[in-house]
Amino acid sequence: MVDPANTVGIPVNPTPLLKDELDIVIPTIRNLDFLEMWRPFLQPYHLIIVQDGDPTKKIHVPEGYDYELYNRNDINRILGPKASCISFKDSACRCFGYMVSKKKYIFTIDDDCFVAKDPAGKAVNALEQHIKNLLCPSTPLFFNTLYDPYREGADFVRGYPFSLREGVSTAVSHGLWLNIPDYDAPTQLVKPKERNTRYVDAVMTIPKGTLFPMCGMNLAFDRDLIGPAMYFGLMGDGQPIGRYDDMWAGWCIKVICDHLGLGVKTGLPYIYHSKASNPFVNLKKEYKGIFWQEDIIPFFQNVKLSKEATTVQQCYIELSKMVKEKLSSLDPYFDKLADAMVTWIEAWDELNPPATA
Amino acid sequence: MFSGYSCRYFGYLVSKKKYIVSIDDDCVPAKDPKGVLVDAVSQHVTNLENPATPLFFNTLYDPYCEGADFVRGYPFSLRSGVPCAASCGLWLNLADLDAPTQALKTEQRNTSYVDAVMTVPLKAMLPISGINIAFNRELVGPALVPALRIAGEGKVRWETLEDVWCGMCLKHISDHLGYGVKTGLPYVWRNERGDAVESLRKKWEGMKLMEKSVPFFEALKLPESAVSVEDCVVELAKAVKEQLGSDDPAFTQAADAMVKWVQLWNSVNSSG
Repeated sequence: MVDPANTVGIPVNPTPLLKDELDIVIPTIRNLDFLEMWRPFLQPYHLIIVQDGDPTKKIHVPEGYDYELYNRNDINRILGPKASCISFKDSACRCFGYMVSKKKYIFTIDDDCFVAKDPAGKAVNALEQHIKNLLCPSTPLFFNTLYDPYREGADFVRGYPFSLREGVSTAVSHGLWLNIPDYDAPTQLVKPKERNTRYVDAVMTIPKGTLFPMCGMNLAFDRDLIGPAMYFGLMGDGQPIGRYDDMWAGWCIKVICDHLGLGVKTGLPYIYHSKASNPFVNLKKEYKGIFWQEDIIPFFQNVKLSKEATTVQQCYIELSKMVKEKLSSLDPYFDKLADAMVTWIEAWDELNPPATA
Repeated sequence: MFSGYSCRYFGYLVSKKKYIVSIDDDCVPAKDPKGVLVDAVSQHVTNLENPATPLFFNTLYDPYCEGADFVRGYPFSLRSGVPCAASCGLWLNLADLDAPTQALKTEQRNTSYVDAVMTVPLKAMLPISGINIAFNRELVGPALVPALRIAGEGKVRWETLEDVWCGMCLKHISDHLGYGVKTGLPYVWRNERGDAVESLRKKWEGMKLMEKSVPFFEALKLPESAVSVEDCVVELAKAVKEQLGSDDPAFTQAADAMVKWVQLWNSVNSSG
């Protein structure tokens, strides 16, 4: 069994890296009590809270945090008709936070994620590790068997080509979870008691051409490098599917990162995931996705973006056209999703106009 | 063909068993973080006996081990995995770094015990080290080729590349035939041998050869008709000779050695 860390008595980080360049995006429908435990590591940073569900409910933010909060009324007011691309009654709404942020980096975390302990019993500053991951190059073109070669105490192994040792820019840092693992509903139903107690002390780059299931519970990314591709899709209320928001974004960002020569890392940091959602509820949300992903995966594996697509937005629009063309026959949902992908880019560009020279 | 570190390939050739485990003679059992001695052979066998998952990355690493599974979003049709062809282990204390790196960081020791086994994804290239390796001889035996010898190859690992070349061939052939290659546990404890700075004095041919090898393997497509491991090795040798032969005589020699190796393998391992 694992326990979360006890962070009482840990002083607030006196030297928070990238304090003015990073926003923390948190979707919530309940409360933000979990932020009490995160104080030492997160208090210096600005929060963007995206309140899902009933907009009349008052969400209490623990004292001392600097934040902006958006509920559904705000989203509708700010985006007008384009608000249709932002999910309702699903944590996918968090991507609205990515869009309104003005910072270079985003860290997003779920409200049931606490601070984890490393094997030595020390509280893990997840944000600090994410920042290290993002600021350090990735190595997608050749796998290093000692994992992150830039880490203290590690390096490239014998045989690793020298021309590839500079690496590429890191766009995404995907963290993991101790305690309740991120399993799908069928696995949860079969193994309700399984807990992740294995602390794997490594960060690694996911090779070019390889897809992975990206979980949005503990995730950080460079908004300038990949932000527009971090759309979490149409989920929740009025949609035939849920719990595939982060998966969808993960497949999109990976093909775009591969195309643009950017890196995606996975591994450390761990957070402590405290709440297991109801597997029966999850099954209802996921079950279409379980069938659809059998077609979606080959689709993404075969995506070839054009040479002319050199910006994230261009790549994403191209991708949306392919989705419409190739996946609409799977279900009309994908037709709607393709349109929403375009709406998302239009809204992104509106809220994030290029700086005039 | 069988001199220096490559003498072990003779052992692979004449063995009659299904699995091979090969460990350098300067390695001893490591201890895990709990202080328990690591049975590297047992871990290698477990790796080889369980499926590999090269077609989609599992973020919780080995889904078949105790306490882990496939994560949300992992396609169900890919959850049975593919046969595992090779298990590449790691090293505590003296990691398998090249001479320039070790010479620069003379005091560096690998103390990081990463508790995971994972499959190296399809098409991803990696430097496979011969220091601590195991493979399914029945599945891919002939693909471990004792082929690339660099000029002035010495008696320490820093002066060889035979295993790295062998590994590039093995990975490519495994990818082509639908097998998997795992990396991670088990660790062995590797000791001091040789002098990295001394090795630097020799002109380091390996660097140049690796630089040429990478684009070659990246672009290489073995023909559909190559369905056996032997066919794959022969086709690979042909491509090496055609595309890399003019770059360096070491490649031509490697291609010839690969063909000879397959002939030898077939004659030694034919029934009757």
